[in-house]
Amino acid sequence: MMANWEVVIGLEIHAQLATKSKIFSGSATTYGAAPNTQASLIDLAYPGVLPVLNEQAVHMAVKFGLAIGATIARRSIFARKNYFYPDLPKGYQISQYEQPVVGKGSLAIMLDDGTVKTIGVTRAHLEEDAGKSLHEGLANASGIDLNRAGTPLLEIVSEPDMRSAKEAVAYMKKVHTLVRYLEICDGNMQEGSFRCDANVSVRPRGQATFGTRAEIKNLNSFRFVEKAIQYEIARQIDLIESGGKVVQETRLYDSDKNETRSMRSKEEANDYRYFPDPDLLPLELDQHFIDAVRGTLPELPDEKAARFARDFGLSAYDAGVLSASRELGAYFEAVVAALGAPHAKLAANWVMGELSSALNRENAEITASRVSPTALSGLLARIVDATISGKIAKDVFEAMWSEGRPADAIIEAKGLRQITDSLEIQGVIDAVIAANPKQLADYRAGKDKLFGFFIGQVMKATGGKANPAQLNELLKAKLDGG
Amino acid sequence: MMHNLSLGELADRLAGRQISSVELTRHFLARIERLNPSLNAVITVTAAQALDGAAAADRRLAAGERGRLLGIPLIHKDIFCTDGVRTSCGSRMLDNFTAPYDATVVARLKAAGAVMLGKANMDEFAMGSSNETSYYGPVKNPWDTTKVPGGSSGGSAAALAARLAPICTGTDTGGSIRQPAALTGITGVKPTYGRVSRYGMIAFASSLDQAGVFARTAADAAAVLQIMAGFDPNDSTSVDTPVPDYPALLDAPLKGLKIGLLREFFDGLEERNAALIHDALKIYLSLGADTVEVSLPHLPLSVPTYYVVAPAECSSNLSRFDGVRFGHRCAQPRDLEELYKRSRGEGFGAEVKRRIMTGTYVLSAGYFDAYYLKAQKVRRLITDDFRAAFQKVDLLVGPTTPTPAFAIGAKVNDPVTMYLNDIYTIGANLAGLPGLSIPCGFVDGLPMGLQLIGPHFSEARLLGAAHQLQRATAWHAQAPGGYE
Repeated sequence: MMANWEVVIGLEIHAQLATKSKIFSGSATTYGAAPNTQASLIDLAYPGVLPVLNEQAVHMAVKFGLAIGATIARRSIFARKNYFYPDLPKGYQISQYEQPVVGKGSLAIMLDDGTVKTIGVTRAHLEEDAGKSLHEGLANASGIDLNRAGTPLLEIVSEPDMRSAKEAVAYMKKVHTLVRYLEICDGNMQEGSFRCDANVSVRPRGQATFGTRAEIKNLNSFRFVEKAIQYEIARQIDLIESGGKVVQETRLYDSDKNETRSMRSKEEANDYRYFPDPDLLPLELDQHFIDAVRGTLPELPDEKAARFARDFGLSAYDAGVLSASRELGAYFEAVVAALGAPHAKLAANWVMGELSSALNRENAEITASRVSPTALSGLLARIVDATISGKIAKDVFEAMWSEGRPADAIIEAKGLRQITDSLEIQGVIDAVIAANPKQLADYRAGKDKLFGFFIGQVMKATGGKANPAQLNELLKAKLDGG
Repeated sequence: MMHNLSLGELADRLAGRQISSVELTRHFLARIERLNPSLNAVITVTAAQALDGAAAADRRLAAGERGRLLGIPLIHKDIFCTDGVRTSCGSRMLDNFTAPYDATVVARLKAAGAVMLGKANMDEFAMGSSNETSYYGPVKNPWDTTKVPGGSSGGSAAALAARLAPICTGTDTGGSIRQPAALTGITGVKPTYGRVSRYGMIAFASSLDQAGVFARTAADAAAVLQIMAGFDPNDSTSVDTPVPDYPALLDAPLKGLKIGLLREFFDGLEERNAALIHDALKIYLSLGADTVEVSLPHLPLSVPTYYVVAPAECSSNLSRFDGVRFGHRCAQPRDLEELYKRSRGEGFGAEVKRRIMTGTYVLSAGYFDAYYLKAQKVRRLITDDFRAAFQKVDLLVGPTTPTPAFAIGAKVNDPVTMYLNDIYTIGANLAGLPGLSIPCGFVDGLPMGLQLIGPHFSEARLLGAAHQLQRATAWHAQAPGGYE
């Protein structure tokens, strides 16, 4: 059924900016404080108070704009979005409407087949977050916690350029990577620091106009984004194919039931009565400010990936994985620096392989790795100089992870040093051959695959420590030579 | 009597220990107690705090400290937040609201040693031109208690005119200082938008609201404005430009001053009103000023423009009064929607509701362009008209109001007629210009005001012109009968 339909997706991502204080007040933005302990008179919207714009938030918004090659508005306007809700103390949210600080830009995502697709960013604007309502533990009442009220958000609005749930997730991950690179958002999705609304519609393939869209609100994990969109696509196609019509509405995703539910239709939607906020002057940015922000831009993910591929001969995929976060890239580069660039591929395999699975197993961040870049390069150096085999190295790595000791200490203590003495290996080979006359006869009669049997026996006898290349060579000479 | 002394005279006597701030404060508190019941100008009296403040000022004086306002009593319009004191904004909505902080204006005057006697009645949320929309009942004009004192700062103006304090603060969104000053025969100054901080001043229309002062003379007003004015980091719209020494500039010569006479102000002006203004102009001519006729073609659009912009902003500014965190909350709401509807329905009066509804309408989808956006365009045109006029003249002179004080109840059911009371004052708010009103004579035994409007940040020039007219006239020295 999908074959006849084209999916159109646009995302509105809300990234909470990592400022010390709120966007219009001096209150702290720390997560998890006791309710209403980080709400000043301004956040509580007391009579007479006024907002004052936090310059750090502007700096961060501009940084994002420059990183996606967007136009930075020299003059942007804060507007009031008016609606009543208990967690919205002023009765309006200060946002940017007609003139946002960041204009058109774009980001490139890599699709599963390795092709690169450009996703347009329509705009990104500054706004304040609302507080939250608390219903648990209160009998016949709702509580309001305004700690979050006034937390700065950057709302990043994409063009409707995505054509599948997977593309939407790839785009969202890309933005997630970028905001963390830029150190403008901690990216913590559980705490709601990074979340999105997805606009989803379907249209018959070949149709030029968009179908009617539904907006799925407040998706706070990559998995939910993917599942909610997939559900919504199926729902819309089912609906249309059974003769119904998609209505423009806001929907909520229920992750327990894996379905989206109608929240309010277009007719019920608020008329927000946007108008410029007369308490705030237009935000005017000069070239000097913009240049100063540009000077703080780090190497961006795409630049880093390109450099990894170019300088270290990595595949585009590997380079992409290793540059997915600033911390991972730094870890990898530290290993390569200690080990030498010619061994970058080895380092890449280990960082993406053993190290990543160990981290995943413990659900730990790279910065919390129990094996430091120095320790890992110490282990890999023993592979390079043939002290141990790659296979033994995996055991050493596990020991390093659990014991926290350097590779050399573990190799010595457990006697894992590879046997590279030809005479010693030769001795074991002789003993193995002597003990298996039948297999020798069969091999010599043409059963070549018994070569592996002999390798296995020697390895067993040496506890896996025989240098594999030497063993191979010596065994072959022995078996074939007689 | 102490209540007829100028600020300068009071400061001298305080400095010379001829009187103490406590004595002065007791004197005014006694006048409030005796005279206010028939005026309803003051709605909260903070006697104990005032006497504490006066004692503190006396200690500072005894320690040798001097200041123009050190130990001087004053009354704040109840729109300014005052720490620990009820701040009602003239509304049932905030009848139970004790502000937890001082407005910047209040804090600055407090730091200068001024002593707050209490809070003045006002039109509810500053919406009104007669002080009849107050939850606390109308204020009476001391010149004739059957008449209104004007509004919205009617309580401040009446209190000042009745000599209940030597200084009162006020706010002016469409004429709310100048119009009541005119109707009560006193001096009222509305500074340039951004000259005085709005922080802690409960917002009506943020782009128009400006704090100012009532005093008996321009010289007194200059001393107060000196303290009130200045940049405030808590108000993004306050302007970071130096505050001139207003009292020192009062006597700058007027020779060569070009006074603009606005054709639009004089067309159709009642004859007796016009005559008073021409009398004042004669004095200016004798002081060496010249008059030039100028025209502001878009000025007649001021009132309709204002009554789109101001309600639009007010409809949003007043959304925070929702019964959730402070202010009036209805009893036993069944659900959230009822909490909102009943709390606001019960807390706000008719004029406030009218403006919230008007403002909500002009901002609504489908009407925004035709009303709000168009009004902003006209506002720009009016501002441009003023700018062009100030290329030719140094200040504009005209009437403050079309008529003297009208009877209580006369216009209360006719909002449009009521709104037209501000026809001469609203232009300065739309353009953000400073203006003031000073007494210029009487019509039917009631005081009339002369209005001066200047370019942005020309307060020193306006105060100087007003001061020098007051040196040549005695209108400002007249007190209403029974309040001398």
